[in-house]
Amino acid sequence: MISLEKRPQPSRLWTAITPIFAVVLTMVVGGLMFALLGVDPIEAVRTIFWDPLFHPQFAGFSRPQLLVKAGPLILIAIGLSIGFRAGIWNIGAEGQYIMGAICGAAAGLAFYPSESILIFPLMILCGALGGFLWAMIPAVLKTRFGTNEILVSLMLVYVAQNILISVSTGLLRNPEGMGFPGSRNFKQWDATHNAEIIAGTGMHWGVVTAFIAVIAAYVLMARHIQGFNIRLSGEAPRAARFAGVNPARIILLCLGISGVLAGMAGLFEVTGPAGQITGNFNAGYGFTAIIVAFLGRLNPFGILLAGLLMALTYIGGELAQLMLSLPGASIQLFQGMLLFFLLATDVFTNYRIRFGKREAA
Amino acid sequence: MLRRTLLASAAVAFGLGGAAFAEEELTAGFIYIGPPGDGGWTYEHDQARQKMEAHFDGRVKTVYQENVPESADAERAITQMALTGADIIFTTSFGYMDPTLAVAEKFPNVKFEHATGYKRADNVTTYSARFYEGRAIQGHIAGKMTKTNKIGYIASIPIPEVIRGINSAYLHAKKVNPDVEFSIIWLYTWFDPAKEADAARALIENGADVVLQHTDSTAPQAAAQEAGGVITFGQASDMGEYAPMPRVSSIIDNWAPYYIERVQAVLDGTWESKDTWDGISTGMVGIGEITDAVPADVKAEALAMKDAIAAGEYHPFTGPINKQDGSVWLAEGEVASDGDLAGLNFYVEGITAEVPN
Amino acid sequence: MDLGSINPVLLVASIMVSATPILLAAIGEMVVEKAGVLNLGVEGMMITGAVVGFAVAVTSGNPYFGFLAAAAASAVLSLSFGVLTQFLLSNQVATGLGLTLVGLGLSSLIGKPYEGMKAPPISKVHIPGLSDMPVFGKMLFSHDVMIYVSLLLVVAVWAFLKYTRAGLILRAVGESHDSAHALGYKVVTVRLMAIFFGGACAGLGGAYLSLVRVPQWTEGMTAGAGWIALAIVVFASWRAGRVLIGAYLFGGVTVLQLNLQAAGANVPVALLSASPYLITIIVLVFISARGAHGAPGSLGRSFHASH
Repeated sequence: MISLEKRPQPSRLWTAITPIFAVVLTMVVGGLMFALLGVDPIEAVRTIFWDPLFHPQFAGFSRPQLLVKAGPLILIAIGLSIGFRAGIWNIGAEGQYIMGAICGAAAGLAFYPSESILIFPLMILCGALGGFLWAMIPAVLKTRFGTNEILVSLMLVYVAQNILISVSTGLLRNPEGMGFPGSRNFKQWDATHNAEIIAGTGMHWGVVTAFIAVIAAYVLMARHIQGFNIRLSGEAPRAARFAGVNPARIILLCLGISGVLAGMAGLFEVTGPAGQITGNFNAGYGFTAIIVAFLGRLNPFGILLAGLLMALTYIGGELAQLMLSLPGASIQLFQGMLLFFLLATDVFTNYRIRFGKREAA
Repeated sequence: MLRRTLLASAAVAFGLGGAAFAEEELTAGFIYIGPPGDGGWTYEHDQARQKMEAHFDGRVKTVYQENVPESADAERAITQMALTGADIIFTTSFGYMDPTLAVAEKFPNVKFEHATGYKRADNVTTYSARFYEGRAIQGHIAGKMTKTNKIGYIASIPIPEVIRGINSAYLHAKKVNPDVEFSIIWLYTWFDPAKEADAARALIENGADVVLQHTDSTAPQAAAQEAGGVITFGQASDMGEYAPMPRVSSIIDNWAPYYIERVQAVLDGTWESKDTWDGISTGMVGIGEITDAVPADVKAEALAMKDAIAAGEYHPFTGPINKQDGSVWLAEGEVASDGDLAGLNFYVEGITAEVPN
Repeated sequence: MDLGSINPVLLVASIMVSATPILLAAIGEMVVEKAGVLNLGVEGMMITGAVVGFAVAVTSGNPYFGFLAAAAASAVLSLSFGVLTQFLLSNQVATGLGLTLVGLGLSSLIGKPYEGMKAPPISKVHIPGLSDMPVFGKMLFSHDVMIYVSLLLVVAVWAFLKYTRAGLILRAVGESHDSAHALGYKVVTVRLMAIFFGGACAGLGGAYLSLVRVPQWTEGMTAGAGWIALAIVVFASWRAGRVLIGAYLFGGVTVLQLNLQAAGANVPVALLSASPYLITIIVLVFISARGAHGAPGSLGRSFHASH
């Protein structure tokens, strides 16, 4: 009989080993799946994990793309992880991301075609504000009426998507766009273009902000009293209340932070890599970020690595589609497996496996 | 600048390296907005890709990437395709316009073909089809065949192409049946079978006995079949599995001849940037078989209209046509210019609904 | 605008068809949550049910085999979630999201050969007497069997939770797994059975989409229905009867907004298509403002017997 025994402290050794173990396991099982689909498994795994980083012909392009893809994921996931630590489940970051992009873009477009250097900072502010306000809806409903934030934030994603389609075909539509949906392209308007800071690195302001957010989140959670309150509210809500932590305040704080970060991520994406507001520029970053937050075990530096790993599977997965004609669905399955194995092996971090007969309970 | 040089040199390096082991003379890449199994838009592009590959019999290799969102992912997907050695890349959705142009600038030696857009460059061509020609024929059949005088229209996203289709179908239905009314449902999606099925049901329950669709799945066909006594038209692909009823005809996007022609041009070294907007005359817009559910005289009229359009004798937007507000759009005998049609954003007189925003 | 063209009889009949997939998935998920487990993988299980149900129905020519296979396949898939969360004590939110990813990927791989095929038709029941009634006959008593199965399932779940001993144990496990364990109940076994049942229901809901409501297989065809099912469970504050109301209300608003468009109502389309979600939020607020929550005490928490 096998049984689990809780470790007094999470094992540091296993914390380090399990992600590697999970990745290897995913490669093995995923490789089997690729073999079943008639693709050389070793080549497939190499295309996904190795080629984007080291392929002599195109890694020069795909390496920076890793940052482009990981940036918004990390930025959103950092915000989410703070809430998750407090037991506040914001599943609707996608909506906050969309609303941030819309508000920020609208603020910028109002000044078209000014080339003032103040426009971009203003857009960032409005982007953050848009995400913040959208996150405040579930926050206020929860504090005021006790409404479940998982559902409200999720429902608001669909509402935001409808708003997005509406503004991209109406309010924010490019007047010179021949009646097609989509706003003006920010890449063609220098004052608002979130360009690479150093050409060829993929490093744009959103990626920088993501890195800053990682450090800030670490400081907040590990060093600051509010971070302690947040963790306490998640781990022992009753104790937190006795300690004088105001639960409503924690809810507003956590949802507010994640809204601001998601909104900023949306703004950076729409003024940078995406370039314009279109009906589907969002591409599910807000949902993928939830996975990233958990892959990173809600730890800021873990999230940084998880974001990069997730980005790698996306970019490698695209390459595998392109070069080996692997169906896109198999990549999705591959990512699901990675998450499953990580969660499954996580047990070793907190528990010790005991072999031998269990005493009668 | 640095990045551009890097990319260009990488492209050159791969081009040289690639030629050494590849047997094919050319690689053609395709970027799809949906899955090839959507049964509509992407399905037809993918069919054309396969026909083109078969046509060149080993001389051309094709690669494709499906479900590419019209976001930052598009630019990366196109770039990677160019980097991995594609010589010509077809980007098959409107939203790929700016990404296509951005990538094209970095890869001057790769040819780009963007479907349904309007921005071109030395190495970027645009192509689209005059679907409204097919809509005119549908409108004629619909107007003749409706008994309730209510025609349902499942619309996707309010862009000129969709609005052109609604206007064209309405004008020709009205011409043969002055009592006809259009109910239009906007779904704000090109492809969502469950929504499309619900929309078709809602239209039918509101009395429509003809359902036209500008969305890509066959779900409305299935809903019409279940309801019985309702006719539909295949969209983008033939949807022939629903013939002879409810599907009585269809508009088929036939991209294969165009793809063959363009790839041939690259092989011959004669490729140059241009704008193609073809219709029934070149076969880019195909009219699926009109089934026996349509009375013989109506079928004959429809085919006559098809021939007239193909021969260039008849243009579906020929005046007098008024705008919805009653003001004159086209005077007697006047034909709409391509420029007008490309940016069409209003309904013609008689349609009671409003164009969203 | 001509709202008179909306036929209430057909409208109600359509609402029932449109609501049934989410009703099936939601009633299953409610049982899972009553046992204290939050499985966010409903979408993944539904779409797996949709594809397996469709494939089996097409191959065998019998839609009912399709439904059975869909229930079995999704239930088996849900056990992967069960093993991870119950034995390996993984986080339920993350595992559920993983299950959705796996389900979406798996379904499109399985479904490739079945794209563009037609499902075998499912016959409508004819209940002598009832089906012939004016108005109500067509509105309520001329549907396919699965609609009545879904309604029976709601009643069965309600009765099971309220009147049976097993239902009591299940609720005890969900309320406080530690106390239930102390009383000698097998928390993990109960939860696994609940997860299995929830998976089977989600599978049926998915198959209803691909075999009746749409009916065809296309990649990603659930398009968020699983998430709606989750919302409806909370909306219903974990009560079977309210799950029924919630699902029909949501289906109702969805169908009604299309009917309003078809009838030419002059309301902004974007607002109309967002209305089902907005109305869900408003109703959620009303319910929570009245203080009726009823969330199972141990919902979403891992159980480890440390004796």
